[in-house]
Amino acid sequence: MTITAETPISGEVQPPKLHPAVRRRRIKQRFTIVGLLVPGGAWLALFFIAPIATLVILSLSTGNVGLGWHLTYTWSNFSQSITSYGPEFLHSFEFGTAATIVALLVSYPAAYWIAFYGGQRKTSYLLVILLPFYVSQLIRTISWQFILADQGIFLTPLKAIHLLPQNFHILATPWAVIGGLTYAQVPYMLLPIFAALERIDRSYVEAAKDLYASKWEAVRRVVLPLSTPGIFAGVLLVFISAVGDYVNEVILGGTGTGVIGNVINSQFFVNMNYPFAAALSLVLMVALLILVIIYSRALGTEDLMGGGTY
Amino acid sequence: MAIGTAPAPTAGNPAAPVYAVHHKRRFKRPDFLHLYTLLLMAYLVIPIAVMVLFGFNNTHGRYNLAWQGFTLKWYRNLFAIGQLTGALKVSLYLAVLVMVVTTVMGTLMAYAIHRYKFFGKGFLNVILVMNISSSSVVIGASLLSLFVAWNVALGQFTIFAAQVMFSIPYAVITVRARLAVLDPAIEEAAQDLGARPIVTFFTVTLPQLLPGIMGAAALAFALSIDDFVTTSFVSGTTLTFPLWVYGSTREGTPPQVNVIGTLIFGIGLVVAVLSGIIKERRDKARLRLING
Repeated sequence: MTITAETPISGEVQPPKLHPAVRRRRIKQRFTIVGLLVPGGAWLALFFIAPIATLVILSLSTGNVGLGWHLTYTWSNFSQSITSYGPEFLHSFEFGTAATIVALLVSYPAAYWIAFYGGQRKTSYLLVILLPFYVSQLIRTISWQFILADQGIFLTPLKAIHLLPQNFHILATPWAVIGGLTYAQVPYMLLPIFAALERIDRSYVEAAKDLYASKWEAVRRVVLPLSTPGIFAGVLLVFISAVGDYVNEVILGGTGTGVIGNVINSQFFVNMNYPFAAALSLVLMVALLILVIIYSRALGTEDLMGGGTY
Repeated sequence: MAIGTAPAPTAGNPAAPVYAVHHKRRFKRPDFLHLYTLLLMAYLVIPIAVMVLFGFNNTHGRYNLAWQGFTLKWYRNLFAIGQLTGALKVSLYLAVLVMVVTTVMGTLMAYAIHRYKFFGKGFLNVILVMNISSSSVVIGASLLSLFVAWNVALGQFTIFAAQVMFSIPYAVITVRARLAVLDPAIEEAAQDLGARPIVTFFTVTLPQLLPGIMGAAALAFALSIDDFVTTSFVSGTTLTFPLWVYGSTREGTPPQVNVIGTLIFGIGLVVAVLSGIIKERRDKARLRLING
């Protein structure tokens, strides 16, 4: 420690005396900050933090809709979640993982081509990629149900030329669910990857080529590593929403493709077993959280939202 | 694989961007990746095309499954299903409300995070990230638990509360992205010239922020009008457009849903293209101004 003129002998650092005008301005600034943060902050506290706290309390309670619930620290809801609905949890994570991987493989080449070779039409290409955002996700899923129907516009011609057996069907299989999930997620995957590819300094790629890297090597060893922040964000975004989704499963799936989202829904609205439904939701939330933490530790220190502090 | 068909810039033209060189060569041989990108676009557009097409399908009764000829009758009878029209009105009303409230809250919050240091900033960021990366089922379930525990009647207010809550982080991110590219020197110049902070905010910061704010508003509107999962948990007996459509899947979705989907799609597209054109014109005008 260096002793300076301001350091009191006693070692206790006293707050510097500010000019009254400066102090007034600081107080005023503090009020400004509070004023800016209170509306949104209060909303998030009330409708995001408080609900999750309620969910935790409810999951440990017993009771029913008529009599109300009492906190009894009943942990059996959690063990029962896993034992009763293990297959549904598994389906959710299987479908979510499959859809994420397929969406990544499908999106990357196109994002790469648009970013590097889109030229003047880049904006138009992106607009087409983003077209699904202008249509309700529900209607798009219903469209797929219609397209893939057993007697629908896709299978009927293939069956007519005997390329497929007459009893072939896609709907009500896991493939339809994964396909629907993938379709819904491709734009969400492509966009962050495109953004990351756009940021890559083109001279790095040229340097690689000057150093006799083949085109493929330049992509694999320069472009791909530099685009990992985009891949990271895309995978995270897509995986979380694909695992929790149940609309695709209800519309495109069938018996034997049940996912956890729908179980939670029916535990709330059909069985009215709120504590059990709360426990199921928490198991899903914690499982996702653990996976996301492992994933971000393993893959990157890169920030999720592009802002340094996130 | 034809990745990177563009040659490295030649010695004669070292500064040429890679894609410009490629542009000239594109017609020489078919580019595998280009073809692939077009196929992916087709894949993304197919269900939309089906939606638009079957809004013109001359079906009888509720089933809209096979093509039976062109008609405009569903456009004429757009509002024939009272419950659907009602649900659409609720959705539009809520979307406008959510858009306004979310944009104001999100903009203020983004400004505070960008401009000031304060206690709990890290925590706030964690909350925003957690919010955005939460599964909608979990969000819906937790909100329902809260409303049941507090005896809050489910309906339009609870839907509004939920939708504003999950839209705030998106608004904050969108506005922050714009704040990040602004030059702080302009704000400082205004203050040096004697403008009070509030005057600076409204006359200098806000106009520059406008593209970000508009983006946040569009996003909040879209998130609100399209949300199904979270809304279904907290809606009670209130029906929004997605909730009605979901309910209709069991007995066949009527063509009016296709028509409404097509109209929303058309309006969204026109707005997006127009704002793109306006932006391009403005950029060009600015360039001309700079270049003299």
